[in-house]
Amino acid sequence: MMQNPLAAFGGWIRASVAGAGYAARFFIAVLRASAGLWRRPRLVSDQIHFIGNYSLVIIAVSGLFVGFVLGLQGYNILNRYGSEQALGVMVALSLVRELGPVVTALLFAGRAGTSLTAEIGLMKAGEQLAAMEMMAVNPIERVLAPRFWAGVIAMPVLAAVFSAVGVIGGYIVGVQLIGVDDGAFWSQMQNGVDLWDDIANGVIKSVVFGFAVTFTALFQGYEAQPTPEGVARATTRTVVIASLLVLWLDFVLTAFMFK
Amino acid sequence: MPNLVEIRALHFNYGDRPILSDLRMDFPRGKVIAVMGGSGSGKTTILRLIGGQLAPQSGEVSVDGQPVHALDTVGLYRLRRKMGMLFQHGALFTDLTVFENVAFPLREHTQLPEELLRDLVLMKLHAVGLRNAARLKPAEISGGMARRVALARAIALDPQLIMYDEPFAGLDPISMGVTANLIRRLNDALGSTSILVSHDVHESFLIADYVYFLSNGAIVAEGTPDEMRQSQDPYVKQFVHAQGDGPVPFHYPGRTLADDLGLGAP
Repeated sequence: MMQNPLAAFGGWIRASVAGAGYAARFFIAVLRASAGLWRRPRLVSDQIHFIGNYSLVIIAVSGLFVGFVLGLQGYNILNRYGSEQALGVMVALSLVRELGPVVTALLFAGRAGTSLTAEIGLMKAGEQLAAMEMMAVNPIERVLAPRFWAGVIAMPVLAAVFSAVGVIGGYIVGVQLIGVDDGAFWSQMQNGVDLWDDIANGVIKSVVFGFAVTFTALFQGYEAQPTPEGVARATTRTVVIASLLVLWLDFVLTAFMFK
Repeated sequence: MPNLVEIRALHFNYGDRPILSDLRMDFPRGKVIAVMGGSGSGKTTILRLIGGQLAPQSGEVSVDGQPVHALDTVGLYRLRRKMGMLFQHGALFTDLTVFENVAFPLREHTQLPEELLRDLVLMKLHAVGLRNAARLKPAEISGGMARRVALARAIALDPQLIMYDEPFAGLDPISMGVTANLIRRLNDALGSTSILVSHDVHESFLIADYVYFLSNGAIVAEGTPDEMRQSQDPYVKQFVHAQGDGPVPFHYPGRTLADDLGLGAP
């Protein structure tokens, strides 16, 4: 039977609002369950180590290649205007303000995010979360909250690694291979990058992305159908939703930060 | 109060589908009570209702005199510390060793010094015969061993009530016998009450003090294992003697074969 398109649209709106409301309540539950973590910081530090290890290599290697590309493209463009001395500041600003937080968040969603979703989903499918509840242990407090804060803390650190390695990549291509002046590369960067306007805003972005990606991954895992197919779908949803969320948030934050 | 768990006038539906209707059950202290019935008869749902993981539409479940579904989260979690549950597939934490799995509830709920905790965990593992498997991960042990580790974890806090969800499913005859003996021995040693949800007649009758038979969400028979063996109730007879056809039909209800093959009258 053909469904009235207006009714279908209305149904979609209602379901979306209800879903957003449920996710917001879940987010508040995670925040409330975080209070007890001050007494058990080990739970968070273990997860930071775990999540950081998951993503460090891929993020460092990606940062290096993005730096290489920025060095090449930047030199090509700046050379047209005789401004190749500004290569250092161009590479640094591109990385710190934009590419560092955004690409790190996208890689983080693909690497650590999917892993978190699959882990929580499989714990649910294997009744481990139910077993925890029956042992009078709140799984949101014991399992989700430490992973959430670990993701939020790990993201800016990983973004900083990405940007730092990217600058080295830009230096290797721009200075070592193409021959841009070494002193100009670093001094222009030093003069052109502002601690608050550029670096702090980049850090704020990566913290916000950390919240978005980690929460999406945990929520999708916790709400996954407890079947292999359900966990696979939840993992896919994590990548799609987290990536779109990061790009949308990047636009909103950039509009506010760099007006 | 002689009963540790009491269920009164309990109704439970999944959506529009009724699962349990007007249920009344008693679980006396110190006894092993088996709840038996075919797949989908609502046995596991009863355990989840007793543990407060599900809420009934009406009726009451009380554990140790406390109405489970009237408790707030803190009260429910406090009550659950008196319970242990063995899940059908063990539900061990796959990232922890056997030792850490059993230590988990002790670490979460007590402030025991590490040496005492170690001794307690090893004693629990010794009780299930797996002290020497303490360092292994769940992926390195068999299904029967995993079930025994889960049992050691379920009794880690010496609970008053231990619930077993299909503890014999998928076990070889040796593991089945070992598990059945453990359930009885641990119940008697700890002075607990055990609720055993199973469809394995032989092992359950061997260790249970009392048996409830469940069909379509209602109690159809109850009594001691001996009484059940001699019961003339058609459902109990079919179940106990593993008859292929009876009140529980072999064929899923619906259209007849003649209808499906187009052989019926025009």
